[in-house]
Amino acid sequence: MTHKTPFNVWNAVQIGLIGGVVSLLLSLVGMVEAFDERDIIVNVITMGQTLLLVVFLMIGYVVARRAAASYSPAMALPLGTLAGGVSAALLGLLVLVGRAADLREVLVNASPGLYQILTLHQESTLGFVYLLLAGVAAGLIGGVIYFLPSHVRRAVASALAWVALLGLLQNLIQVTLSSTPDLARLFSWMFGTGTETGLSTTGAVAVSLVVVTANLSLARYQSPLRSRINALPPTSRRATRWVSLALLAAFLFYLPNLMGPILSEVANTVGIYILAGLGLNIVVGFAGLLDLGYVAFYAIGAYVMGVLTTTGGELSTSLGLTFWEALPLAVGTAVLFGVLLGVPVLNIRGDYLAIVTLGFGEIIRILALSDFLKPHIGGSQGIVQVGRGEIGNLVFSTPQTLYYLVLAACLLAAFVAIRLKDSRMGRTWMALREDEDVAQAMGIHLVKTKLLAFGTGAAFSGLAGAIFASKIGSIYPHSFQLLFSINVLALIIVGGMGSIPGVVVGALALAGLPELLREFAEFRLLVYGAVLVAMMLLRPEGLMPEEARRRELHVEEEAAVAAD
Amino acid sequence: MNILTTKNVTKRFGGLTAVGDLSIDVRPKSIHSIIGPNGAGKTTLFNCVTGFYKPEEGEIILDERPIVGLSPDQITHQGVSRTYQNIRLFANMTAIENVLVGQHPHLKSGVFGALLRDRRTTREESAALAEALRLLKFVGLAGKGDFLAKNLPYGDQRRLEVARALASRPKILLLDEPTAGMNPHETAEMTHFIRRLRDELGITILLIEHDMRVVMGISETITVLDYGVKIAEGPPIEIQRNQRVIEAYLGRGAASGQAQPAPALAAA
Repeated sequence: MTHKTPFNVWNAVQIGLIGGVVSLLLSLVGMVEAFDERDIIVNVITMGQTLLLVVFLMIGYVVARRAAASYSPAMALPLGTLAGGVSAALLGLLVLVGRAADLREVLVNASPGLYQILTLHQESTLGFVYLLLAGVAAGLIGGVIYFLPSHVRRAVASALAWVALLGLLQNLIQVTLSSTPDLARLFSWMFGTGTETGLSTTGAVAVSLVVVTANLSLARYQSPLRSRINALPPTSRRATRWVSLALLAAFLFYLPNLMGPILSEVANTVGIYILAGLGLNIVVGFAGLLDLGYVAFYAIGAYVMGVLTTTGGELSTSLGLTFWEALPLAVGTAVLFGVLLGVPVLNIRGDYLAIVTLGFGEIIRILALSDFLKPHIGGSQGIVQVGRGEIGNLVFSTPQTLYYLVLAACLLAAFVAIRLKDSRMGRTWMALREDEDVAQAMGIHLVKTKLLAFGTGAAFSGLAGAIFASKIGSIYPHSFQLLFSINVLALIIVGGMGSIPGVVVGALALAGLPELLREFAEFRLLVYGAVLVAMMLLRPEGLMPEEARRRELHVEEEAAVAAD
Repeated sequence: MNILTTKNVTKRFGGLTAVGDLSIDVRPKSIHSIIGPNGAGKTTLFNCVTGFYKPEEGEIILDERPIVGLSPDQITHQGVSRTYQNIRLFANMTAIENVLVGQHPHLKSGVFGALLRDRRTTREESAALAEALRLLKFVGLAGKGDFLAKNLPYGDQRRLEVARALASRPKILLLDEPTAGMNPHETAEMTHFIRRLRDELGITILLIEHDMRVVMGISETITVLDYGVKIAEGPPIEIQRNQRVIEAYLGRGAASGQAQPAPALAAA
């Protein structure tokens, strides 16, 4: 496959035009204008501008890469610059046309405000030139980034990402810091103390420097460090592992003090998604059973918790149990339903299984909504005053206390998932995922294996639902939409099917970020869809793919140690 | 006593009789080949023996126990193991993991063992791992245990499939065209390997194979099927001279003028 596809000026222009269309789309759906409310770096660059610059930058990068691979490296930079310019020019065309004729009847977002942003608040021709220059410069920089050595490129990219992230979250960080005046003062030069909506310029420079240095030294020292740790005798290697685990535990324990109530609340939401994700990961990721009705078990866990612990007094079935008494019942009921659902679908595979489970999820939601069960579970009025967990004087009611409950549940679930994956059961599930017929020919009992996967998955989901019910204190049928199943599935796919760290990363990205960027909630599903499409095209194995376990090498190492 | 006996086994698909009234006897520790033109019902017979198809009529007896009606996993527990014509490994699992899955019938640890990792489970797991490494070495895959099955070269995949089948410690091993797609050198190696399986491990081998050099070279008994019916059975030397077998392979016209054994069958 050494055949080189010719790449010429016209190809560069084509890619530039694609970039132009993308940036036009971003502008016309209103994202650029909405995002422009926030600065990334105060008085330097806004989020809306960043969005467009990132597009131009990527166009320059892509063109440079393709030109260098198939044409000649010497032409890569000029072509990248050209493509960036073409993208910007297409966007500039919108400004020219828009200023001449009113487009708002058709394109509601094509407002004078948008044109102001696109032309950097300059009038007519000068603004157009500025926009063009920005495109050309971004295209050139994108091309230059391609030619950087890969570890430098990674350092630059992560520096830009960190600046963008911190700038984006500046407001939240500022609020969080203000609860501890000392910390607030310490970081005031970076995050400001007043009405700023982004990083200060010095702050941005400092963050970039720190990230670049950290990245480069990591690239430089990581593998020597790792090999030195590996060279240690097993006992001290184990000690190193315990120390790092202890440090991590201490950090996780202290985290809510650092985060404050708002971020803790976000962390709790992420935690509940992690919990559900770990469960669905067993069903879909390990055993390969595509379950789209996963929300059903979440709802069951939540409703059992609600019914048994409510003190609202309107339900005929209310028993007034405590949280801890109800929790095992909630999980147990979810497992029971998981197994019950499993039985009829034992012989159904793939797409058909997805449809059946989808139906099951809807049945549960509609039952919850029905008048038939209204006296028992509240119908559309739901259940209020769900009980809260408590240990001694510690009541899990505020975000910062609930955090510990969620954390404990997540750690337990992760422990179970890791241990199961790395055992005879885990191998059985994976064999089932790879080839059901052959798995059976290996002596695997399909019924037991599938029911165990459904049951375990349902247990985690039921646990997540029960904690969710206690956390928000009231539950309604509309909390248990199909979208929940899809979100959990999406986070597994983005993180990496079958990968346990992948679940955490996926939950942070798909449940955490949207929580932090609530003001842009209207674009949430748009971005979501775009991210999923991009992931499937560019990195179908996920952000943190499942890693094959190395056993042979390990055994040989131990044998060598034993021989010494 | 025979290790595997089929008595008047018939398997039909709609109007088509894939296997008709077939009776064969496989002696313990023998290499018994099933040959016949494409579509003769060889793989269907394998699927009946391993429980994937249930024959409409007849009995299959493994080591004095009837096994018709048992599920494939139960039959594996009884001591039958197989490989597939088109390799069917667990592609996204490592070679070691494939062999570990093969050992499934002999492992006992359950969910609680996995969670608590008690002494019995860890001991069982490390024994299983040692056994897997031993089997990989036996089939010549030492050092490749951590490769994903899909990344192994073709010949290695065939051998890994045999290692996985051996892991269940079968009494009888069903090999479905183990040399398909191999060059003469690899075929010779595989032939030698199959003989080792029987000689060193004492496993009975039931073999489907198209390569006559392999079949004639290592089989003690050959059963010839045509359109699902047994047309001949006996040691290689008899099969090579059998008029009906020659007809089935070469057609009646070609066979009638020929006193000598057909070239395809005489290749051994």
